[in-house]
Amino acid sequence: MSKHFNLTLHVWRQKNAKCDGKFVEYPAENISPDMSFLEMLDVVNEGLIRKGEEPIAFDHDCREGICGTCSMVINGRPHGPRERTTTCQLHMRSFKDGDSITLEPWRAEAFPVIKDLMVDRGAFDRIIAAGGFISVPTGSPQDANALPIPKESADLSMDAAACIGCGACVAACPNASAMLFVSAKISHLGHLPQGQPERYLRVRDMIAQMDAEEFGTCTNHGECEAACPKGIKMENIARMNRDFIKASLTYRPATTSGGGAG
Amino acid sequence: MSVAEQSIAGAEARGHGFLASSVGRKVVMAATGVILFGFVTVHMLGNLTSYMGAEAMNHYAQFLRTMVHGMGIWVFRAVLLTAVGLHIWAATTLTLDNMAARPVGYRNQQNVASTWASRTMRWSGVILAAFIIYHLLHLTTGTVHPNFDHANPYANFVNGFKVPAAAGFYIVAQLCLGLHMWHGVWSCTQSFGLAHPRYNSLRRNFATGLTVLVVGVNISYPIAVLTGFIH
Amino acid sequence: MELKSKIPDGPIDKKWEKHKFDLKLVNPANKRKYKVLVVGSGLAGGAAAASMAELGYEVECFCYQDSPRRAHSIAAQGGINAAKNYQNDGDSVYRLFYDTVKGGDFRAREANVHRLAEVSNNIIDQCVAQGVPFAREYGGLLDNRSFGGAQVSRTFYARGQTGQQLLIGAYQALERQIGLGKVKMFPRHEMLEVIVVDGVAKGIVVRDMVTGEVTSHVADAVCLATGGYGNVFYLSTNAKGCNGTAVWRAYKKGAAFANPCFTQIHPTCIPVTGDHQSKLTLMSESLRNDGRIWVPKRKEDCGKPASEIPEEDRDYYLERKYPSYGNLAPRDVSSRAAKQVCDEGRGVGPTRLGVYLDFSDAINRLGAAKIEEKYGNLFEMYERITDENPYKTPMRIFPASHYTMGGLWVDYNLMSTIPGLFVLGEANFSDHGANRLGASALMQGLADGYFVIPYTIGGYLAGIKPGTRIKADDPAVKAAEQAVNDRTDKLMSIGGKETPTHFHRELGKVMWEMCGMGRNEAGLKKALELIPQIREEFWKNLRIPGSGNDLNQSLEAAGRVADFLEIGELMCLDALERRESCGGHFREEWQTEEGEALRDDENFAHVAAWEYKGEGQAPVRHTEQLTFENVHLATRSYK
Repeated sequence: MSKHFNLTLHVWRQKNAKCDGKFVEYPAENISPDMSFLEMLDVVNEGLIRKGEEPIAFDHDCREGICGTCSMVINGRPHGPRERTTTCQLHMRSFKDGDSITLEPWRAEAFPVIKDLMVDRGAFDRIIAAGGFISVPTGSPQDANALPIPKESADLSMDAAACIGCGACVAACPNASAMLFVSAKISHLGHLPQGQPERYLRVRDMIAQMDAEEFGTCTNHGECEAACPKGIKMENIARMNRDFIKASLTYRPATTSGGGAG
Repeated sequence: MSVAEQSIAGAEARGHGFLASSVGRKVVMAATGVILFGFVTVHMLGNLTSYMGAEAMNHYAQFLRTMVHGMGIWVFRAVLLTAVGLHIWAATTLTLDNMAARPVGYRNQQNVASTWASRTMRWSGVILAAFIIYHLLHLTTGTVHPNFDHANPYANFVNGFKVPAAAGFYIVAQLCLGLHMWHGVWSCTQSFGLAHPRYNSLRRNFATGLTVLVVGVNISYPIAVLTGFIH
Repeated sequence: MELKSKIPDGPIDKKWEKHKFDLKLVNPANKRKYKVLVVGSGLAGGAAAASMAELGYEVECFCYQDSPRRAHSIAAQGGINAAKNYQNDGDSVYRLFYDTVKGGDFRAREANVHRLAEVSNNIIDQCVAQGVPFAREYGGLLDNRSFGGAQVSRTFYARGQTGQQLLIGAYQALERQIGLGKVKMFPRHEMLEVIVVDGVAKGIVVRDMVTGEVTSHVADAVCLATGGYGNVFYLSTNAKGCNGTAVWRAYKKGAAFANPCFTQIHPTCIPVTGDHQSKLTLMSESLRNDGRIWVPKRKEDCGKPASEIPEEDRDYYLERKYPSYGNLAPRDVSSRAAKQVCDEGRGVGPTRLGVYLDFSDAINRLGAAKIEEKYGNLFEMYERITDENPYKTPMRIFPASHYTMGGLWVDYNLMSTIPGLFVLGEANFSDHGANRLGASALMQGLADGYFVIPYTIGGYLAGIKPGTRIKADDPAVKAAEQAVNDRTDKLMSIGGKETPTHFHRELGKVMWEMCGMGRNEAGLKKALELIPQIREEFWKNLRIPGSGNDLNQSLEAAGRVADFLEIGELMCLDALERRESCGGHFREEWQTEEGEALRDDENFAHVAAWEYKGEGQAPVRHTEQLTFENVHLATRSYK
């Protein structure tokens, strides 16, 4: 088995949304390179609990890279140094003995810190609630094969639908913009024929909610795409802009009442 | 109101208008940006007359002043002024929004994909704004020109650049323009939604090519004057 | 306690249709006067909350995650079954029904399984309409694959992320209702008590995991869709937060717990690397289509690199024992075989708890490029976790706890033995018997949520006068809240030395060793001695820093571990009492000479449902006899 090593962590500790936070230094000792990053934090936390100190609070759940819960900025990069990886799938072999690691929560006005490294990403849910859906109630829709969908459309839709809603795009964006997240949903539904009836209503509603949540604006840095653990492309943002322009040009105020969530 | 307490904005927000929306203002940035890039390109081409001598350049200047019975230049100026105004308005409001979107920053954020050009847009933009004012006072109104002659733009051009400080500022401003254009030209295609994997490299190449052309030629003017090639 | 399954009369394929007609309806104008609570927001809970809100009921939905989109349904990779017969390969509702009953080793209710097979087709239609991007053929029609040894291609999939896509479909439907104000969502809320008045479920008590505030919600009906209790093993493929608390609280309030010993161990997971291990990652079962499973023939070779072990010294034990199915033997069979060779000391890897899954033959036959095309993402995931290149060295795999077929007992209407308390998805026991087939969990969760509960809840609510909900200041509500607060105080005040995880790990070791892939009387009796000891130690020596009135992840973990320490005991008890081997439950005393499971249909063709009798009292085992009128009892054979 590979050799164990020691690290120094600089962790953002913040009791709750109202208190100020600060960085606190912790040693992480006897770390195995086979540990995942979160398992390394588990070890540190077990030690803190035994000492009677409050463990470092961080969000995590599936630990297999799909639920999108884990969220921390590791040495200035969301989810750490590896490309297309969530924090839970980052392993300690990406670090070496003596490394100093800075851990911070996602930083955005729209993602208030709840405690330590945990933030409230409810803004994402509200953006979906504003229009990120196809309005079909449970019932008896037509047969699934009644509507042929070109393989390419289904694949492009799936590419965008792979988003796990972790918020790394917002965390990485120098402007804390949520446009990669929003555009991924717009592309997921917009590439499919089922998504067409609400396509232009959806883009307006979702962008309105995105703005209301006080996310920043895309200035095309590309940091979101580089940080995305699922490889969502910036092309989706362009697509969203295109749909928004068309939606705004063709919007009929009188006919839109009663649709969607609004 | 804390974000956690916010509700779904719904219909009212949906009707909050194109110019109030983030994407709407991005589109304004892009559209006015296109006008301004178009202008600098034409401006650069027009100034090539300087290489053809005093007569050619003064003739070109005369044409600009008299086209459409002298109205043309005012139409141009109005369009440009509006574009600059809107561009600055959109940039300012978006920048303020973006700064407010991250009130607490990171200890040391690592940039992976962004470029120096993309990160310095607001500064290159501010320098360009200052330069435009100087440039107008220098070669349009002549206010800060050592020996301005309304009747002889060519002489103004040559004499103006003979002052090394002026030429130096001009060159610095052109480099800023290069940064601004290189990111801006590509960026506006993104804001207009012109993205497609087949043409993505074309978008980058177009931005690079146009930037090199405009900035290269523009920088050649003061250098040509300072080296005595244009005299 | 009487277990009335309420299975409708009539031929199997007419039961559901008839029942739907017989169920009373709630007047549309009255629907909004009824409030339904849904605990859990995965496939079953999310679909149920959205569908009931669409019908007009007032719905409140709770989940412990920070968003309903993160429920662990999201992690299902393979796909979802449906009897569409798009491939013209002889599939039908009846065949899906038949395969599921047989795959469950004849320990599931025929009527429930048939209903599941019937609505499977509606699920696909519904999901496509919602915008789930299922894989397509070039002609634009849906693609299918065969999965888990099925003889027909009936599995619909969205790359390796089918669970994610189906969940996002349900989540979007749920968010739409939230946006419309029809569902009130409570993320980061954990259910800690059921409020029962006169034997009827009337609400729940929840803890706001951010503020620590304990509040009550009263309603006309409660639906639990809180998933399985697989984390009782500590290491499992479940998410870290998955827990048995909600079902356990319901059990303690009078809901019978059915077949707790029916757990599924998945054969292809990445092995444990050390004590720090916090969870196990599943590798898709599809790998077994091309990989060959082996261990060294001799113990002495186990420490050598795989490449130094010549062909003649390798034991391809699945191919040897099951010549016709070989490496594709069902989950329970392959898991047990892996355990067996490791018990013999022939396991590989640093911990010796692993077997090789070798692709070198397939790479030689098909070429590395073809293998990459088929399994590239899985290989990449494996390499990321283990730092070993599976193109060059064989993968190492080991079984891990994956799914729990047992759960709260429910009748045909999905109602537990507490009237007004419904249980959906993995949290109930109903459809998979003693073993779940691949790609059937997603089907069951969505069937319950979209197409069963919206009908059966009406049948229940129609019998309640609208507006007769209990008040928030009812003594029963206050008492339930008090119980929750007392428990929190008790946990916080132990003041010992050890962490919740420490006790969880201890419990997990006992459960895995004695109530895991192979079980025997001596081991189970030992476990029944050890678990109370760990529990006693837990209540004496637990340490939780911080406060109960604040976000406190140690407290959350401790509460869950406390419940697992009781669930584990019931599992062992159930396993001890079920003196037969069936599906995922393998009692070593009941096996054939070749080591195959030996069912006892005469004495155990029943559901065992346990009734809680109070603190320190032995629970009572009730049975519901299972009758097989359509699928004939037969022994599964994979030789």
